[in-house]
Parts: sequence; C-alpha cells; structure tokens
Amino acid sequence: MAQEAGMFTVHQTIGSVLCCKCGIPMQPNAANMCVKCLRSEVDITEGLLKRLVLVHCPECESYLQPPRTWVKLQLETRELLTFCLKKLQKNMNVNRVKLVNAEFIWTEPHSKRVKVKVSVQKEVYNGAILEQSYLVEYVQQDHMCESCSRVQANPDQWVAAVQLRQHVSHRRTFFYLEQLILKHGAAARSVRIKQMDHGIDFYFTKRSHGNSFLEFIGKVAPVKSRSDKQLVSHDSKSNNYNYKYTFSVEISPICREDIICLPAKAAGTLGNIGPIVICTKVTNSIALLDPLTLKYGFLDADQYWRTSFKSLLTSRQLVEYIVLDIEVVSSRFGPSEVTMGGTKYVLADAQVARVSDFGNNDTIFFVRTHLGHLLKPGDYALGYDLYGANSNDFELDKYKGHIPEVILIKKSYEEKRQRKRGRSRPWKLKSLPMEVDDRVDQDKLNSEYEQFLKDIEEDPELRFNISLYRNTDYQPSEVASVTDELGIPSVPLDELLADLDLSEDEDEEDNMAE
Amino acid sequence: MATRLKFENSCEIGAFSKLTNAYCLVAIGGSENFYSAFEAELSDVIPVVKTSIGGTRIVGRLCIGNKNGLLLPHTTTDQELQHLRNSLPDQVRVQRIEERLSALGNCIACNDHVALTHTDLDKETEEVIADVLGVEVFRQTVAGNILVGSYCAFSNKGGLVHPHTSVEDLDELSTLLQVPLVAGTVNRGSEVIAAGMVVNDWTAFCGSDTTATELSVIESVFKLREAQPSAIVDEMRKSLIESYV
Repeated sequence: MAQEAGMFTVHQTIGSVLCCKCGIPMQPNAANMCVKCLRSEVDITEGLLKRLVLVHCPECESYLQPPRTWVKLQLETRELLTFCLKKLQKNMNVNRVKLVNAEFIWTEPHSKRVKVKVSVQKEVYNGAILEQSYLVEYVQQDHMCESCSRVQANPDQWVAAVQLRQHVSHRRTFFYLEQLILKHGAAARSVRIKQMDHGIDFYFTKRSHGNSFLEFIGKVAPVKSRSDKQLVSHDSKSNNYNYKYTFSVEISPICREDIICLPAKAAGTLGNIGPIVICTKVTNSIALLDPLTLKYGFLDADQYWRTSFKSLLTSRQLVEYIVLDIEVVSSRFGPSEVTMGGTKYVLADAQVARVSDFGNNDTIFFVRTHLGHLLKPGDYALGYDLYGANSNDFELDKYKGHIPEVILIKKSYEEKRQRKRGRSRPWKLKSLPMEVDDRVDQDKLNSEYEQFLKDIEEDPELRFNISLYRNTDYQPSEVASVTDELGIPSVPLDELLADLDLSEDEDEEDNMAE
Repeated sequence: MATRLKFENSCEIGAFSKLTNAYCLVAIGGSENFYSAFEAELSDVIPVVKTSIGGTRIVGRLCIGNKNGLLLPHTTTDQELQHLRNSLPDQVRVQRIEERLSALGNCIACNDHVALTHTDLDKETEEVIADVLGVEVFRQTVAGNILVGSYCAFSNKGGLVHPHTSVEDLDELSTLLQVPLVAGTVNRGSEVIAAGMVVNDWTAFCGSDTTATELSVIESVFKLREAQPSAIVDEMRKSLIESYV
C-alpha cells in the first residue's frame, strides 16, 4: 500500500453526486442510483419461488420429504425453517441470489399456511449488491402418510408377534416380567398386548421390533425360542413379499422357591450337588442351592434346555412350620456360611413342627436348613413337606439315598400380616395395557397378585429391578413407621419413585426402546 | 440547451461525434437522423462535417481538437485528412500525429485553454498539443483513471467528471482547469462521461438514456440555460460597431 511505502497520500473525501433518477444527493456507488431508485428499478426476487406446497400428515404430524421420507416436525421450530428453506435453495442457486436471513411470520395454526420472510442478496449493475426481503408462503396440504393409512385401514395389523409361554400353574413370572418390561420400556413399540392362557402375546408392526423384544426377554429369563413366518401377500411384478413373523418363546418352568430333584446328568455338570436342590433366583440363568450342604450352581438357558427337568414341588405346596429350636452348624471342614448371588446363607440344624400339628400332636422334625441367618426360635417358616408329600417324580424314585423330610424355604410373616390386614400399602405398581381374557379365573389371579406384592415387600433383591411408585391414596396412620414394630418388612419410602406425570416417569426409567 | 439523441440505437454519442466551438465532426450512420439533429442545432453557426477516421466510425474517441486545431491519429488515411482540411475553417489547424496511444479522444481532454492528458503520453505529442491546440498541457488522472479523455468532459464554462472523484481531486482539477467542476453521471448512471455526451460553450448533446436529473446537472454546470449562440455573435457585433463609431 502506498502508506506502507512511506509515500504521502492526501486524505480522500468521497464527494456526493445526485442520484441519476430522483436527484437526491447521495454517495456514489456502482449504479449511481440511490437505494430506493435501485430497488424500484430492479426486483431481485423476480423468478424466485414465492408459493410452495408442504405435504403434511395430520395423524402423525409429519411432513413429506420427497420422494418417500416423512419427517416429524413442529410449527415455528428451527427444523421446520431448515426444511422449508431447503426447498428454495435450488431455485436460488439458479437465479444467483444468496440467502442472508430467514424467519417465520406468525400464522394461525389452523390456517394451513406457513409464512417465511426471506432476505436475499444479488449483484446488479456491475458490482452493486442489493438486499431485499420478501415473503414466501407455504400451503400445507393434508395427505396421510403410508404408515398411518395402513394403521387406519386395519388397526389390528401386526407384522411380528412374540408369544411368551410358561407351562406352570401360576402367573408369578408374568407379573415380574411385566414389571421388568415396564421399567425398561421394552414393549413401547408394541401395538397390542394380549393375555393368554399360560402366557402373554405381544404384537409389533415391524419384525425388528419383535426381534429386539425377544432379545430383551432372552436376557431376563431362561428361554428357548423359535421363529416362523407366514406369507400374507406378494407382488410378483416387483418381487415384494409381505410376511407375518411369529416368535414362540418358552420360559423354563423352574421358578424361585421351587424344589427340584435333579437328574443325575444335570447334577453331574454342577459338581454333583445333592439331587434335592432349591431354586433361589431365576434371571437368564437358574441359580440352584443344595440346602443340606450349601453347595450351589448356575444353569444357563442352553444347559437347562438340554436336560429339561421339572420342579418337584412349587410354592403352592408350601406348608407353614414353626421353628422350635435352631442351632448354627459349625464345622472344621466344610463351609457353614456361604454367599450366593449376594445373599448370605448359614447352615443350621433346626427343630420344626408343622403349624397344623403344633398343639395337636408331638410330630417334630429335625432338619438341616440354609436359613440359619434368618430364623430364630418361635419364628414361622414356610417349607416343603417331603415327608408327607406324595410325589410322582421319576428322578426321586431313582434316587436311593436319604431324602430329607422338610426343606425350609423362607420365613413367614403370615401371622403378623393378619393383624395388618386391610391397610393399604404406601406404594403401588404400574401395569401394561393388556387385553384380559375373560376365561381366566379372576379370583385366582387376584390372590396370586397379592402374593406377588408380598414377595416384593419381603425381598429387596426382587425390588431391585422393579420401579415402585408412591401411592397417593395411602393414608398413613399415626402408629405406622417405616418398619412396623411388628417387624413386618415394608418398603422404605426412599425407594419409591414419585408418580407425577406420565412424561416425567419416562425420563426416570432407563429406556431400552429405540 | 441540452439535447438527447441516439446513434443507431446506442446512447454513447460521445463516441460517434466531436463537438468544439468552431466545428462539429459526425460519424457516418445508416440513417441521417444523427446528422440531422446536429445540423438542426448547429448548422447556421458552425460547420457540421460527416467523416470517418481510419475507416472507423468512432470519430469522437480517436481525435481531439478545439477552436484552434484538430489532432488526428496515425491511422487516419490521406483522403480523410484531405477531406477534413477542406471542410473545416482555415483557422483550424489539422494535424496528424504519430503516437503510440492512438485513441487520442480517450487519452486527452481539452477546451480552448487547458488540456489534460494521459500520464504516459510522449513528450513530443505534448509539445504538438501545446503548439497546435494552443493550450497548456497537464498530465492528470481522474478518480484514479488514466484515461482522462473518457471520464471527464469540459468546456470553457464548466466541466463534468467521473462520479467517484473525491472532493480533493475535484478541487485540484478545478484549480488547474480554472472552471467549475462537478462529479456526476450521464446516460442513467454511466460513469463514462465523455462517451455519453459532447459539449461546447453554448450547447450539449447527451445520450437518450440521460435522466432529467443528470440533464439539469449538465445544464447548470456548463451554464447552458442562458447561453445562446446569437448572444456571442451579438456581443461581437456590438463591439465592432463601437469601434467603427
């Protein structure tokens, strides 16, 4: 520059000329016309699109992006603005104008018009850049998108179905699974849920949704599944085939608190644990504990289904016992205390009598139990009466060794519950929107559900996977506290999730879907 | 008085004509309209000569002259030179010069007393100009452009320059030329002043795209409103009579 070279330069003041059209004095520019005259001369918005069509689906509030995608957009958002401006871009490039600014002009939501004020720049008259804003009007035309029209035509339309079945006489597993599914949102994309005999059916609109649900179930329960497909229609010209896919899922019949007599092969794979075992926990593997020796093992879903055995007795056949005396076994050799899956078990010798016998006769049993950490003399416990049971089990008949007479499973709070009857709980559970079959016995279902709620109260491990919500109807009495003086376990209030709004709940839970 | 006209649908009449106080040169066009416009205005005062220079019609941009003389580029043919010598009054000296920059009309702007020239003009040419045209020669630029002959037009009464000329430059030029100058446009915002108009002391011709504003500016700076050719002649007659008596 001349200044840098040290030359003396005179300061140049820009003079003023008269606008060649209107004669007002102005600074000279490339066109030598004042801005108003220039604007009246040249309309840079000539040839630009001013009126466009937006195709909108009223059912799902989405807009068509040609040729086939539908994008969900809200009015007056940045995304909608970008979407609208994209339609103008090509036309602007052809006319060599540059987009500078754009904003929405408010229109009534029902007017089916979207107005955008756009500012553009263009070069005119060898060098002068002119900026002008103009209004673009988008007319919203309603047209149902493919998926909505399919739903409208046949609302029961499903493409994939997952049929969960468990061949046991109770529905405890399904109550638990229901809570798990709710917590993880696994059934968020299902269109229909139907309660069936011995199971639940889930219907989905896409095969991939069904598949991901199936994988979720596989992670939380030991299952064996198979999938099938059925041809619904086919277009021979374009070779499109529409199928209905069905996934049949069978959950293993072994449940918590069941007692099992293991076949020799299965017992062998688990390290020769005694044939009588208790199932302590069922997730995607089955945890088995020998109550007499405190040896334990885990069976994977595949391993179970290879040697599929059934339980000897289930929790319906639990009998109430009263503990007369209990003494922890101390040994120099084997362990008398073991921790399995987070729970501690202590081996103990106990003297028990059936509550039905207690007071009537002197039948007392001496048993070895794994509940040494829990029971005290005078406690009530639930257990299996193998002495009095008439079991029809192939494996049990084959077993030549000693069969214990009583296996205690858990402590019973039944007596104390009697006094608390009728009082509602401070927490409640949500449920899935299921279609209930009228043929199912409602009373039996209710009593099983009540039992399930009791189980939740008693077992903190079970609660871990479930979301509990504060019961707004609950009126705490003056006497009540977190754990009653009666010693009945109840859920500490800080475990409860406040059930405010449906939308807020979904934020709190881990969402598995999508 | 300023007149608006077109040469064969082009508004750049300054390229096709040259106007001075003593004569007017006009290009040969397809129709006689251009020539008639000049004739109607000027023929009873000064000769209007139809010519070509070097076989081209852009006579306005190739030659330069005032009431004292006329300078032609080396591309002028002998016939054209002879034709011009014959047509113009005797006191006008017609001279052909050898100059590398042969578009003399673009490189030099002059009136009867001062001339502005392109900065790269030969020394000899400068001397010829001073001699033949009887003017004082200054090398200058107008608004940073070296083609002074294109971007300004001035007469003995005033001058119009490129619109982007700064105030300081305007003052400087005005002092040199000793006439009032104004920055403006012609032909609807065109910056090439000398191509869009021709002017002498009492009349001016502009391209027909010139707006009313531009025309009023031209008329005011060149003082064309009161100027009548007869006024000058009358003044001369008065002084003659005075001396006789």
